[in-house]
Amino acid sequence: MEKVECIVVGGGLAGLSAAYGLAAEGVEVMVLERGNYAGAKNVTGGRLYTSVLRDIYPELWEEAPFERAIVREAVTLMGDGAATTVEVASDRFAAPSPQSHTVLRARFDQWLAEKVGEKGGMVVGDMKVDELLLENGKVIGVRAGGDEVGADVTIVAEGVLGLLASAAGLREAPAAADHALGYKEVIELPAATIEDRFQLNEGEGLAQLFMGDVTRGMTGGGFLYTNKESISLGVVVAMEHMRSRGDELESWQLLDEFKEKAQIKPLVAGGEVAEYSAHAVAEGGFDKLPRLFGDGYLLAGEAAGLSLNALVTVRGMDFAIASGYHAARAALAARDAKDYSAATLSAYDRALRESWVIGDLDTARNVPGFIENERLFGVYPAAVSRLAESFFTVGPGRSSRMVKTGWRGARREFLNTATLKDLWSMRKI
Amino acid sequence: MEIDAKLGLDVFKLDEERHITIDTAICKTVCTTRTCLKVCPADLYELDDKGEMTVNWEGCLECGSCLICCDDRALTWTYPRGGFGVQYRMS
Repeated sequence: MEKVECIVVGGGLAGLSAAYGLAAEGVEVMVLERGNYAGAKNVTGGRLYTSVLRDIYPELWEEAPFERAIVREAVTLMGDGAATTVEVASDRFAAPSPQSHTVLRARFDQWLAEKVGEKGGMVVGDMKVDELLLENGKVIGVRAGGDEVGADVTIVAEGVLGLLASAAGLREAPAAADHALGYKEVIELPAATIEDRFQLNEGEGLAQLFMGDVTRGMTGGGFLYTNKESISLGVVVAMEHMRSRGDELESWQLLDEFKEKAQIKPLVAGGEVAEYSAHAVAEGGFDKLPRLFGDGYLLAGEAAGLSLNALVTVRGMDFAIASGYHAARAALAARDAKDYSAATLSAYDRALRESWVIGDLDTARNVPGFIENERLFGVYPAAVSRLAESFFTVGPGRSSRMVKTGWRGARREFLNTATLKDLWSMRKI
Repeated sequence: MEIDAKLGLDVFKLDEERHITIDTAICKTVCTTRTCLKVCPADLYELDDKGEMTVNWEGCLECGSCLICCDDRALTWTYPRGGFGVQYRMS
């Protein structure tokens, strides 16, 4: 059996980040990617919190093919024919060191794969791994394209479904309760049109999330991200809710319904849909993390459940890059020790727990349970919008004082046992 | 925009080998929920004239929702072979 020092399963951000860290230290590393190229099977909503790159691979941050720096953040609650938007702009979001950028994965991942190549790593496309090879509970390599290849350590960064790892018994198969379905259109518009329409300076962008009507009250939401010359517009819905709904709507039609809404239609008008894509998203959070290491292997990225939906921040790619980096560090330490056992590779788990990667998942550990509550996506977006609307409404008849309008509306919409209970449960998130 | 038009925008490398197979006996005798019909964002699942569940696997976006949501385990689902299936250019 042919053998290399390290095999990385999957040329997404976790795998490529690991491979980059290893290749830079002269490790013989081979990334196996089932798509025609890195990024061919990947879908993002749109945004990467890029500070992770600046911290761990500053030379990459300098030249990464980002789309736009996100300088404005917006959240829109919609329901009952009304919508309320909260928008935040901050100098801290903008140059010289913006915290996040929109990206398109086919472009971004191919670039990162090139960088791995420049460091001496090998990224092999069109190569699907069919099986992780185990010997006495130790991962000793992979079977791919009819051949077996051995490795001292295998970094499993196969993506959210984790089919190989679960077939090998290294983690559970994905469950509907812990996953969401996301799908989107990339809609092309000239850069100048995007900047005019969204009131952006050149190179700057907007990220907007939508809750309420967009998912017909199911847990999830809509999203809009501005890229350089396109808009990513999509919907994410909890699989459990998607599969148990009673209406006759086809799942894909939710996005069309969203697109037709008065708040969205003018934003994408005149745009050409260029691509339609879909992907699963892991949303189980801290309590659903699998064991991240064992004899001869490490799990990284979303295959390890490393992603976080914290309502107004939705993250995954930064977790992928950071976990790839820490996987590389652990593999390097194992190489120095000439010992690839679970005991040595457990350094990976410790590093993730000490860093923000598992730290942030821990902080948000009650969010997945909280957002199961459909009132959050059905009742409240409509209630907030009705209340906001009442302040701006004149007549019929004599208006009441502002404070009275507010109090009356708040009492009508929010003074009930269910809402008080929900408020109480909010203290944990 | 119809779903076929959306899928028509995507690049697919078609394999001769199918990557999703359905144990239709399970669909007929065990399944009562038809979750595959409800979740697939490419609308690939269909009951044919004979009431048999079918899947137009050629247009698969490889999200895995049908696999995750089928509690009755009627699906054998793998990724297409290396180099085949959908190849996203800008997602």
